[in-house]
Amino acid sequence: MKHKIKVKVNGTVYETEVEPRLLLVHFIRDVLGLKGTHIGCLGSKCGACTVIYNGLSVKSCTMFAVQADGGEILTIEGLARNGQFHPLQEAFRENHALQCGYCTPGMIMSSYALLKRNSKPTEEEIRKGISGNLCRCTGYMNIVKAIQNAVERLNT
Amino acid sequence: MIPNNFEYFIPDSIDEAIALLTEYGEDAKLMAGGQSLIPLMKLGLSFFGNIISIDRIPSLSYIREIKGGGVALGGLTTHSMIENSDLIKSKYPLLAEAVCAIADVQVRNRGTIGGNLCHAEPAADYPPVMVALDAKFKVIGPKGERTIKAGDFIADIFTTNLEYNEILTEIILPPVPAKTGGSYQKLSRRSGDFAIVSVASVITLDEKNNCENVNITLGAVGPTPIKAELAERMLLGKNLNEITLEAVSEKASEIAEPTSDIHASEEYRKDMIKIFTKRCLEEAVKRARGDGIT
Repeated sequence: MKHKIKVKVNGTVYETEVEPRLLLVHFIRDVLGLKGTHIGCLGSKCGACTVIYNGLSVKSCTMFAVQADGGEILTIEGLARNGQFHPLQEAFRENHALQCGYCTPGMIMSSYALLKRNSKPTEEEIRKGISGNLCRCTGYMNIVKAIQNAVERLNT
Repeated sequence: MIPNNFEYFIPDSIDEAIALLTEYGEDAKLMAGGQSLIPLMKLGLSFFGNIISIDRIPSLSYIREIKGGGVALGGLTTHSMIENSDLIKSKYPLLAEAVCAIADVQVRNRGTIGGNLCHAEPAADYPPVMVALDAKFKVIGPKGERTIKAGDFIADIFTTNLEYNEILTEIILPPVPAKTGGSYQKLSRRSGDFAIVSVASVITLDEKNNCENVNITLGAVGPTPIKAELAERMLLGKNLNEITLEAVSEKASEIAEPTSDIHASEEYRKDMIKIFTKRCLEEAVKRARGDGIT
């Protein structure tokens, strides 16, 4: 039986019916058409599908859309404001924190969640904060640098 | 990677959830945060016609002090809530150590202590800690409430002693006596991995630094957590100057029943149990000599 759900994604309210087995990531990408959230391993390992659900980072491949009913979701598309990149996006771009870009949306959403709960993380806290996100190109050095740079941007 | 079709239920109360479990029996599965269950469903390793999602039952998510000194955790308390609890950090540092070792931030935001314990993964982080702390689990079923000791909760790999229509609702951590210390030590290859071996210990000293009480529990080296009773007996009543932790750790490793897999051989795991038991006891003793915190 399908379930009626109502979710707010990047500020817009969507009401629709979903099969209970529909994963949140498939709902976001295929039903809402927001392709910024990537599918990596689909096995809760890589973090490419990370979104913010009710203020907390979650792997949208390890949650059913029906579980998000009544909740609020933020995806990578919801970060920019008035055509301006979020300081994290700027910092990732300027610090070469991506090569292929596949992990980037998830990496940025995890970083966003980290900076929301800790506005001045140490390098160790940054590394722990993104330990649920795998990057196969950059080796993390520039990602950590970018997050440190975003901290500076956000705190000035 | 698409789960089979299922009917989805969102009970508002524990009683409603128990009624659904009773009605659908073997074809029903309770889901809390879903962080173990959903991956298994996607792999086709787990399939049920009816998923009963209890994560909307609000009264099951809490960390509260009990009169007399213990702490009670609701079954739906997330790992993140435990990780961020100053009460847990100050009273049960070994639990704080264990929770930080579970998977990653995203999984800890959704995963719950009750769900984790009921999944009964042999290499999970909570089970040895719960046994070492002598925790008790409150479960509710159609016949009412009963309490199961942590050491009796897990029956086998991925199997608990819960009846099919019982729900783990509360984890009760006992009060911490003075001069008590505890520690959790885990070996894993990468951040967020399951344990290759893990050890949890709690030790209480008397005024003369004699070992008044000790609990050493090994994880990931058998189908269930293993209490190293012979090793505990070596320490009990002894002054810590009389006996080396090296000898106790050697004894602890004898009871481990590890198997070989792609992560590590049986022999390596046995060796590591010795080393990690020693580290665990050293840390627990250090804390016991300090402020009386586990």
